[in-house]
Amino acid sequence: MIAPALQAAALAAAPHPLSGTAADWVWALPLFPLAGFLVNAALAVVAVARPGPADPSADRHSAPDATAAGEDVAGHGPGAGDADAPPPARHRFASVVSLVGPLAVGLAFALACAIFAAMARVHPTTPFVQTYFHWIPAGDLQVNAAFQLDQLSLTLVLVITGVGALIHLFSVAYMGDDPGYARYFAYLNLFVFFMLVLVLGASYPVMFVGWEGVGLCSYLLIGFWYADRANADAGKKAFIVNRIGDFGFLIAMFLLFVQLGTLDYTGVLAAAPGGLEAGGPVVTVICLFLLLGCAGKSAQIPLYVWLPDAMAGPTPVSALIHAATMVTAGVYLVVRSGLLFAMAPAASLTVAVMGAVTALFAATIGLKQWDIKKVLAYSTISQLGFMFMAVGAGAYVAGIFHLVTHAFFKALLFLGAGSVIHAMHAAYHATHSHEDAQDMRNMGGLRARMPVTWILMWIATLAIAGVPLFAGFFSKDEILGTIFDRAGGSILRDAHWLGIPGGVVLYAIYGMGLVAAFLTAVYMTRLMLYTFHGQNRTGEAARPHLHEAPWLMTGPLLVLGALSAVGGFLNTPAFLPIGPAETLARWLDPVVGPATALIAAGAPGDADPRRGLLLSLIAAAVAATGIVVAVVRLGRSAPVRAGAAPETGIESVLAHRYYVDEAYDRGIVRPLLAFSNRVLWQGVDGLIDGLVTLGARVWVWFGGIGSALQTGRVGTYAWALVVGALVVLAITIR
Amino acid sequence: MLLLQSALVQSALVQAALGALPAARPTWNLALPGQLLGALGPDLLLAGGAVLLLLVAVARPESDRHQRAVGWASLGLVGLTIVAVVAYASRGALATEGPIAVDTFRWAVDIVVLIGTGCTIALSMESNPLDGILTAESHVLVLFSAAGMLLLAAARDLILVFLGIELMSVAVYILSGLDRRSERSAEAALKYFLLGAFSTGFLLYGIALVYGATGSTNLATIGEHVARYSLMYNPMLVAGVALLLIGFSFKVAAVPFHMWAPDVYEGAPTPITAFMAAAVKVAAFAAFLRIWLDAFPTVAYQWHNAIWLLAVLTMLVGNVVALRQRNLKRMLAYSSIAHAGYLLVTVVVANSLGASAFLFYLVAYTLATMGAFAVVIALGEPGERNQEIADYAGLWTVEPWLAAAMAVFMMALLGFPIAGGMGFFAKWYVIDAAIHAPHPQTVLAVILVLASVISCGYYLGVVLTMFMKPRPANAPAVRPVPTGTFLVIYLSAFTLLLFGVLPNGFVQLAHDSVPISMVGAPARAPVASAASR
Repeated sequence: MIAPALQAAALAAAPHPLSGTAADWVWALPLFPLAGFLVNAALAVVAVARPGPADPSADRHSAPDATAAGEDVAGHGPGAGDADAPPPARHRFASVVSLVGPLAVGLAFALACAIFAAMARVHPTTPFVQTYFHWIPAGDLQVNAAFQLDQLSLTLVLVITGVGALIHLFSVAYMGDDPGYARYFAYLNLFVFFMLVLVLGASYPVMFVGWEGVGLCSYLLIGFWYADRANADAGKKAFIVNRIGDFGFLIAMFLLFVQLGTLDYTGVLAAAPGGLEAGGPVVTVICLFLLLGCAGKSAQIPLYVWLPDAMAGPTPVSALIHAATMVTAGVYLVVRSGLLFAMAPAASLTVAVMGAVTALFAATIGLKQWDIKKVLAYSTISQLGFMFMAVGAGAYVAGIFHLVTHAFFKALLFLGAGSVIHAMHAAYHATHSHEDAQDMRNMGGLRARMPVTWILMWIATLAIAGVPLFAGFFSKDEILGTIFDRAGGSILRDAHWLGIPGGVVLYAIYGMGLVAAFLTAVYMTRLMLYTFHGQNRTGEAARPHLHEAPWLMTGPLLVLGALSAVGGFLNTPAFLPIGPAETLARWLDPVVGPATALIAAGAPGDADPRRGLLLSLIAAAVAATGIVVAVVRLGRSAPVRAGAAPETGIESVLAHRYYVDEAYDRGIVRPLLAFSNRVLWQGVDGLIDGLVTLGARVWVWFGGIGSALQTGRVGTYAWALVVGALVVLAITIR
Repeated sequence: MLLLQSALVQSALVQAALGALPAARPTWNLALPGQLLGALGPDLLLAGGAVLLLLVAVARPESDRHQRAVGWASLGLVGLTIVAVVAYASRGALATEGPIAVDTFRWAVDIVVLIGTGCTIALSMESNPLDGILTAESHVLVLFSAAGMLLLAAARDLILVFLGIELMSVAVYILSGLDRRSERSAEAALKYFLLGAFSTGFLLYGIALVYGATGSTNLATIGEHVARYSLMYNPMLVAGVALLLIGFSFKVAAVPFHMWAPDVYEGAPTPITAFMAAAVKVAAFAAFLRIWLDAFPTVAYQWHNAIWLLAVLTMLVGNVVALRQRNLKRMLAYSSIAHAGYLLVTVVVANSLGASAFLFYLVAYTLATMGAFAVVIALGEPGERNQEIADYAGLWTVEPWLAAAMAVFMMALLGFPIAGGMGFFAKWYVIDAAIHAPHPQTVLAVILVLASVISCGYYLGVVLTMFMKPRPANAPAVRPVPTGTFLVIYLSAFTLLLFGVLPNGFVQLAHDSVPISMVGAPARAPVASAASR
C-alpha cells in the first residue's frame, strides 16, 4: 500500500502526463453551467418585476406536474374550469433561455469529451490535480480549492454533462409554457455546476461544497412550484433529511482530519495505511459516518423517505437529480473513499447490508404504487440499493458501472413518464378534468397513442429488469456475481458483521439481490402493462387529446434508448465472448484498483468461468420469470379503476409504504416537536429568556446610575478626576 | 493600507518624493540636524502646509465657497502627507536613537491618523455650512491638530510627547467650540479646556518626576536607566509613572477620567466628535503605548494593577452606560469610551503581540467610528437634530444602503464576524494577545468578551431600530448624501467588509509594524504565523 505515496512523489517530481492536453481546461468544466446559471438567473430576475411569492404569475403554473401533489390550487392549474383564461404566456426571454440553458451543459459535455480523448490516449496512473487557491488556510488545516481529474471523476463528469444535456433539451419542450422558465433553467444549470464541483473536487471539503450545493438545488427544484404547499413541504423534507446525513459527512471529515491531518484525496490515500489501523474502530467509525452521509444523499434506509416526496418537482428534475446524478453521489463517495472502506470490513459489510435491505424493501413498495412517478422513485431507491450492495462488497467497478447504466435507463424511464404525463395532462387540461394525470389507473392503452415512447420505455424496462444484452443486465449481473465471489473468498468473508460471519452475510445479500431483481422485473412490467397496454381508462372526452410528445422531447429519449440498449457493452464480463471485455474495469483500475485488491485479498485464484456463466443464467432467468409472472398475473385480472376498493392485508401495507412515513411522524417528528415546544421553547427558552431579560434590566439599571453621575457640572467632573487620580496613585505606589 | 501602499509605490509622486530624500541609507543619524529634519519630513510637510493654508484661510472673509476651497486644499495636503508617509515607510529607513522614532509603528499610526483627519475635513466641509459655520480656519485647525498627532506618533522623548499632546489638544479645544452660537458647543469647549488643562498638570508633573528620577526625558534612556539602576522601586519614578498614567487616561477617556467625554462629544459639531473619537484617541494611545513599551516595561509590577483596573472599569462603565443613551452621538461617545477599555488591554499586555493587535484595532475602530459618525451627519438636521436613535426607525425602508452601511459599522464596533468585517478580527486579535501574553490575561479577556456582550444591547438596538421598526409618518425626508460624506460612509464600509473577508495581508502589515524596540523582545507571534500560513 505504498503505491499512493510513490505516486505522490512521482507527481511532485515530474509534470503530470495530462498537463499540456485538454485536461488543462478542467477548470472550465463547471464554469459553463455556472455562466448559464448567471445568465438565466439574471433573465429570471429581470423578467419578473416583483419576484417572490407576491408575484401573481409565480403560482399560475401550467406545467403538467401541477397535480403531483394530487390537489389543485384553487383558481389555477388544470381544470380550474375557467375556459376564458388566457393561454399560458411563454416566458419573455424563452428563446434566449432555451439557447443558453442546454448550451451551457452541452459545451461542458463537449469539453469533457475532449478531456476524455486526451485521457484515453495517456491513461494516466495518477490523478491530475489542479490547484487554484488556498481556500481554508487555518493552522494545520490546509484546504485548497483544487480539482482532481482521474478516470473516476471523468466518468461521472461524462454522465452528468451527457445525460444532463439531454435532460436540458427535454426540458426546453416540457417546461416551455411555465412562467418560471428562466428560473427553472437557472436552477438546473446551477445544479450541474455544483454536481461537477462535487465530482471534480480534489478533497472532501471541496466535495462537500458540491454536496451541499446540489442539496440546495434539489430543494429549490422540488419546491419549484412553491405556491403549492405540498411541494414546498416536500422540498423542506428533502433538505431536512439530508441535514442528518450531512451531519455524518461532517463528523467523518472531522475525524479524518484529526486522525490523518489532511483532507485531500491524495493525502488521505497516502496517509491512511500508516495513520489508521486496518479493521480498527477509528476507520470503521469514520466509514460509518460517511455512510450516514451517503444514506441521506442517496436515499437509503433509514433516510430514504425524502426521495418519493421529491417527485413533487418537475419530471425532468426527477430524471436528472433524483435518478441519474445527485442521488448517486453517495455511491461516488464510497468509491472515492474505497481504500478507507476496504480497511474497515465491518463498515463495508454494513454498506452492503444497507444496500441489500433497501433494494428489497423499496422494490416491494414499488409493487403497489399507482402514481407512475412514485413507482419510479421507489425503483430508484431500490437500484441505488444495488449500487451500495456492490460498493459495500468491494465491487467498486460494478457499482460505478451500474451507476452509469442506471443513469441511462432511469433517465429514460423518467423522461418517458414525463412524456406520458405531458400527454395525460394536456388531455385533462383540454377537457377540464380533475383526474390525476400521474395515476396509472387512469392510463392504459397508450401504446397506440404514443408508439415512440412505448417502445423506448420497453427498452428501459428490459434494461432495468436485467434482460440479457440490455444495459442493466450486465451491470446487475456483475454486482451479483462479484458479491458471490466475495462470499467465496475476501477479507469481507473473514470479517464479522454483528457477530455473523461475513461469508454468510454476503450469501444472504446475494439472495436478497436476486429477490430484488425479480421484484424489479415484476413492478416494471406492471408499470408498462398499466400504462401502455390493455384498455384505455383516461376517459371518453380526454382520449382524443392524447398524443405523442414533440420531437424535442422524443429526441433525447431516442438517444437514451440507444444507450440503455447498448450501454452494457461498456463492461462485458470476461466469460462472455461478446466485444472487448471489462473495458470499464480497466479504465477505472488506476483509481479503484488498490482498494479492490485489498478487499479481494484471499480470493481463491481464478474463478471458474463456468460459474460466472451459471450466475448470469440465473440472473437472466430471474428477470424473465419476473416479467412472465407479472404478465400472467396482471393479464388475467381486470385493471383496477382509480378509487376502487382499497387493498387489504399485505397489499395494503405495501400500498402504504410500510407506514414508514407515519412511523417517523409518530416516533420522531411529533415527539421532537412536542419536546421542542413544551420543554425547549416554553421551558428552557422561557427560563433563559427570563434570565437574559433580568440581566439586561440589571445592566440598564447600572447604566442609569452611570448616567445620573453625569451631572454636567465641571466641578463634579474635576472632583471625580482627583478621586480617580488618588486611587491610581494609591494602587501604583505600593 | 496594503493596497494603498502597493499602488502608491508605483506612482510617479512617490518616485519624486524618493528622489528628494537622501541616498538610500539603512538608518538616520538624528544627531545631525539635517537628518533630524529629514526624519520629520511628513510632519513638517503637514505643519508647514497648515501654516500656509492658515494664511490663505484668513485672507478672505467667511464664505461657503472659500471654506470649501480651503477644505479641498487641506484634503490635498493630507493626501500629500499620506503619500510622503507611504514613501518613507516603503524606504524602510530606521533610526535607533534620538528623540524621533523612525519605524513602521509610527508610519502605521500616521496613516490611521491621516485617514481620520481626511474623513473629518471631508465631513466638516459639507456639514459645517448647514450649521452656519463658514470659517475656513476650522479645517486648518484640524490640520494643526493632526500635526500634533503625527508628532505624538513619532515622539521618543517626553518633551516631544508633551508638545504633541498640547498641539493636538489646543486645536481640538477650539474645534469643539466651533459652533459658537450654540450653547452646548461653547459649554463643551469650555469643559474640555478646563479639565484638559487640569489633566495636563498631571502629565507635566509626571514628566518632571520621571526626569527627576532618571535624569532623562528620552524614552530609551529612561528605560535603560530604570533597568540599570533598578529604579522601579524608586518612589519618585513610580509616582511619575502614575501621574503620566492619569494624564493619558484623561486623554483617551478611560474611566474614571472619562466624564468630560460624553458632554464634549455631544456638544461638539459632529465631524469634530468623530475626529475626537477616532484620531485624537488613536494618537494619544500611540504615544501611551510607545512610552509604556519603551520606557516602563521594567516597572510593570507597579503599573500593572492600575491599568488592569482602568481597563476593566472602562470596558464595563462605557458599555453599561451606553445602554441608557437615547442620543446616537452620546451613545457613540460611550462606545468610544468602551473601546478605549479594549485598547487598554493591549497596553496591559505590553508586548509586540499586543502592539500588532493594537494597530489592527486602530484601523478597524477608526473606519467604523468615522463611518458611523458620517451616517449621523448624513441624517442629521441643522441644529444637531434628528440624532436620537428613535429617529432612525425604519431607515431601511427609505434608505436601504445607508441603513446597511450603518449596520456594518455597528457590527464592526460590536466585533461581529463577516457582517462586521474587520471589527471581528480586531477584537479577536486583542483577545488573542491577552491570552497569549507571557502572563496570560485570561480574566481580562473574559471581561472583554462579557463587556462585548453587553455592547450588543445598544449596537444591535440601532440595527433593530433601523430594520425592524416602522418609519414614523412624520419622519423628515432624508437629504441626498453629499459626495464627501458619501465616500466616507461607503469607502469605510467597503474597506471594513473587504478586509474582514481577507484579513491576512492586513494582519501581516500590523505585525510588521510593531515598535522597533520590541522587535528583539522574545514573543510568540501567533498573529503573524496565522497570516503567513
